[in-house]
Amino acid sequence: MTLTSTGSWLGRALRAFAVVGILAIGSSVALAQAPAPLSGDNNPTARPMAGHTNPSEADMLRALQGVQGQVTIPDRKAGTLVQPQGRTWRETMAGTIRAWGAWLVFGMIALVTLFYLMRGSVMIDGGRSGRTITRFTEFERFNHWMTASAFITLALTGLNVTYGRYLLLPLLGPEAFSTWSAFAKLLHNFVAFPFILGIVLMCVNWIAYNFPNRYDWNWIMQGGGIFTKGVHPPAKKFNFGQKVVFWSVMIFGGIIAVSGIMLLFPFWFGTLETVQLMAVLHSIFALILTAVIIGHIYIGTLGMEGAWDAMYTGEVDERWAKEHHSVWAAEAKAGGDD
Amino acid sequence: MARMKFLLDAERCIECNACVTACKNEHEVPWGINRRRVVTLNDGKPGERSISMACMHCTDAPCMAVCPVDCFYKTADGVVLHSKDLCIGCGYCFYACPFGAPQYPQAGNFGSRGKMDKCTFCNGGPEADNTPAEYAKYGRNRIAEGKLPLCAEMCATKALLGGDGDVIAGIYRERTATRGYGSGAWGWSTAYGQPPRS
Repeated sequence: MTLTSTGSWLGRALRAFAVVGILAIGSSVALAQAPAPLSGDNNPTARPMAGHTNPSEADMLRALQGVQGQVTIPDRKAGTLVQPQGRTWRETMAGTIRAWGAWLVFGMIALVTLFYLMRGSVMIDGGRSGRTITRFTEFERFNHWMTASAFITLALTGLNVTYGRYLLLPLLGPEAFSTWSAFAKLLHNFVAFPFILGIVLMCVNWIAYNFPNRYDWNWIMQGGGIFTKGVHPPAKKFNFGQKVVFWSVMIFGGIIAVSGIMLLFPFWFGTLETVQLMAVLHSIFALILTAVIIGHIYIGTLGMEGAWDAMYTGEVDERWAKEHHSVWAAEAKAGGDD
Repeated sequence: MARMKFLLDAERCIECNACVTACKNEHEVPWGINRRRVVTLNDGKPGERSISMACMHCTDAPCMAVCPVDCFYKTADGVVLHSKDLCIGCGYCFYACPFGAPQYPQAGNFGSRGKMDKCTFCNGGPEADNTPAEYAKYGRNRIAEGKLPLCAEMCATKALLGGDGDVIAGIYRERTATRGYGSGAWGWSTAYGQPPRS
């Protein structure tokens, strides 16, 4: 008997969003109200059993609720006799997410590769001018690279949990793969903190430049100019594409951070069902953010001449600035800061 | 070849917890870890039932499917075992297991659960049969000695049956035919996919 209840997971996901939202505000009262599992109403034994009917494990499974009883050992969690949602979790994690995540991440790699082969790098049309403008301060670059190196570490060690068994295990053999995975797990747990600090500082530092402005619509209509040579829609410090990356990091990264902390302290914030839900959310949004960041890495390195300098030295070529961030370049030259 | 299964007849379980104690003693299971437990439903109310629960050695085991390091394996008898050398203590098997069978020596914050421990159907682990190394990690390997799991073997009311699935399902069928009603065989359809009498 297999239970597929994607709908039910969606419902839970929505509930979890509410929980995440409340958590973000920092209300600890809400924690106690995290999704209540295994309510008494669906306990089949609450119905008169008459002792002589076949107790309905099947009913219980249909209701997708667990069976709660009592134990005489200290571990009260052991009082849950059967938790059928574990099977939904398994199908979600080892089935749906594993499959869709692979399409998403490897699909994104294929997409940028194809794009590079067809379009090549976006060159500075007029060539480098030789003069530079300061684009990012030392602090901005430090924070970017702290977050970036943390994210890459987290992404690789996270992907190892989902795909290592299929990709690395056959290469390394069980012992070496296990040793690596145990190390990767520890790394993942602790590198999470520089990542969280990074996105908080990033939020404070850059949020002002990332609200929609009047240049965005035109930028979208022209596809950011990356599809056609010589087309450069105007933009301020951050264009619409960069804003998408910024908000993805803030929103998806925020969900990943909150769910990740709840996974680090498995039963502090709720029951087993909460932990299961957090693992699902963590995986989904981590895979989405990984795909977004692959695109971001591409355009910041291979995809565009001159873009790398912005985060490497902090100084960009004046002509690059005029082509890709004309409004910001004009303001910067006029002595403005942004 | 037998296909090993557990069957619990809730009509007979008297919550004596002898299966729990026998298991802990036989395998010298550390404090805080319970490979088997007795759960009482509706304690003190009409329709009270007790069910002894451990790893059911599922046909399509969720733990095996979700393990990131693939440390589980199934013996020719259908027993689900795992390697503590490979386990990284991530907790995924506990999240996926319908029966709450996987146990960990520590609380688990910052991924510090330690190596997972669970019922082995008294069948040890990947080490050579009944070596000190196997005993230290997984407990006694009674199956290798030609014996069945101790919990079921010493169950005073024979509520808990452990052994070849066809044989124990036959015993249960005979019982229910004689007394005229079943007791659910809790966990059976979740673990093995079909009711014990068909």
